[in-house]
Amino acid sequence: MKELRLMKGNDAIAEAMIRAGSDGYFGYPITPQSEVLEYLMAQRPYDTTGMVVLQAESEVAAINMVYGGASCGKKCVTSSSSPGISLKQEGISYIAGAELPCLIVNVVRGGPGLGTIQPSQGDYFQATKGGGHGDYRLIVLAPASVQEMADFVELGFDLAFKYRNPVMILSDGVIGQMMEKVELKEQKKRWTKEEIIKIAPWATTGKTPDRERNFITSLDLDPARQERFVMKLDSKYKEIEKNEVRYETINCEDAEYLFVAYGSSARICQKAMDIARLKGIKVGIIRPITLWPFPKKPFADLAGKIKGILTVEMSLGQMVEDVRLAVNCSVKVEHYGRVGGIIPTPDEVVSVLETKIIGG
Amino acid sequence: MATITREEIIKPENLIYKKTSLLTNKVMHYCPGCGHGTVHRMVMEVVDEMGIQAETIGVAPVGCSVFAYDYMNIDMQEAAHGRAPALATAIKRLMPEKYVFTYQGDGDLAAIGTAETIHACNRGENFVIIFINNGIYGMTGGQMAPTTLPGMKASTCPFGRDTQIMGNPLKITELVATLPGTCYVTRHSVHTPANVRKTKRAIRKGFELSKANKGLSFIEVVSNCNSGWKMTPVQANKWMEENMFPYYPLGDIKVPAE
Repeated sequence: MKELRLMKGNDAIAEAMIRAGSDGYFGYPITPQSEVLEYLMAQRPYDTTGMVVLQAESEVAAINMVYGGASCGKKCVTSSSSPGISLKQEGISYIAGAELPCLIVNVVRGGPGLGTIQPSQGDYFQATKGGGHGDYRLIVLAPASVQEMADFVELGFDLAFKYRNPVMILSDGVIGQMMEKVELKEQKKRWTKEEIIKIAPWATTGKTPDRERNFITSLDLDPARQERFVMKLDSKYKEIEKNEVRYETINCEDAEYLFVAYGSSARICQKAMDIARLKGIKVGIIRPITLWPFPKKPFADLAGKIKGILTVEMSLGQMVEDVRLAVNCSVKVEHYGRVGGIIPTPDEVVSVLETKIIGG
Repeated sequence: MATITREEIIKPENLIYKKTSLLTNKVMHYCPGCGHGTVHRMVMEVVDEMGIQAETIGVAPVGCSVFAYDYMNIDMQEAAHGRAPALATAIKRLMPEKYVFTYQGDGDLAAIGTAETIHACNRGENFVIIFINNGIYGMTGGQMAPTTLPGMKASTCPFGRDTQIMGNPLKITELVATLPGTCYVTRHSVHTPANVRKTKRAIRKGFELSKANKGLSFIEVVSNCNSGWKMTPVQANKWMEENMFPYYPLGDIKVPAE
């Protein structure tokens, strides 16, 4: 049954993994998301639902364990933070190339390099523009609350299996570490062998006399066949762009100005919006929930009504490029962000809106 | 003397050997004289004889045997270079009732995949690793491998492997034998019929041990690469006996307690 709890984002996503009927979690400790593996090990789901939980020898091994499990039609997930996600890129590219469904969680910290363990949103490019080698896309979900950390696990698996594509939950150190009320869904049963064969007839479940052998690969040395395959991926991505765009709009009906922000920055912008509206500035928020596919429609809907847009990201400005593409020079777009683990305050955001957008 | 017709030769009573149906009819891309085809056949004969086609999942590597899934008529996964033991770990843990094996070359297993190999062995994962060691990177065109012998020539050590500069050949099989998670570690070859039979027995033993959850079985097959070594197949087998076997001696290194 449904249950209300006060939980950390990292604990909530781990609990949601169990409740979503996951078959396997493979991970490696890294701050600020080590609680995911710790929580799972403390809960011992292998004794209750039968979910496998394994601490791998590296991020590279962990994502390749996900590849192995996903190839069997199992619901597999890994989580990490930025430097660890860089290590996983090889496996993510192979998973995309082999068209395997899986879930990858990135609780983003500051970079480049070892950077900092403090929160950041500096991995937007890596998540939405490739990351690994080759032409592929991840479906990227950006939670802005502990509730969404939990909810996006099931949504992520649904999308991953619907499109046979890896899904990334792009969180950040704020959402991972903060505590909020969360409503947990009921425990779902793990799929049976028979259900997996029906849902994932392509999976390596063992060759039986009634079908040809299944093999999972991302390799084809024949140029014509490989081009056809990559074009097939492309049409899948176009289908995802058509069907799976998700976003939230807040107070956009009368808005003259917009904040565009995702994840914890969107929470900061909510407070900034309240402060600005008390000052008489009519500002609304567009919060992309899917970072890829990026929501272009709300910008088209508001075209002509908006005088200026401020994107707020804990980065030097990454999503701002997609916002500029979405409005196509029809309106002024500026970026405001803090890096190095510094979280912008609502007052800072309002003052930048006043100086760079309204007064600029 | 009466002529024997083709029809008489192929009578069922004259049939003493046939290709297992678990090898596909696809013509193998391996060079003439290469050991891969023989080891593929041994693995599939074992799966056939044990009647476990529906219970067996294989993992192919990156290297000459990257297309192993084209030849083996079972469900298979193609891993990234060196990552096969990570895939196999997840497959076996998520489907513990299955037989799982990886098929890897020396570059895959003992260079780029060293971490995955050692940790899967150390955890005592219940699958079989079949390790083909020919001391060279065959697919990419004959570069130095982690197991290239001292003084042996390869395209990235054209004057022979100088251990002062390039380090020493890695005896990874002896290394994994020291780990508590391995139950059976053995080294074979497929260059004579007697050795082929021994290799097949070792593969079967590995499969049986993994089913009994005894830990990881590690079966090395010292093989040739006549193309990479730039020799005829006959010369390559002789060179292997004279040079590879003294460094990589055949036989059991670790056997489970009875």
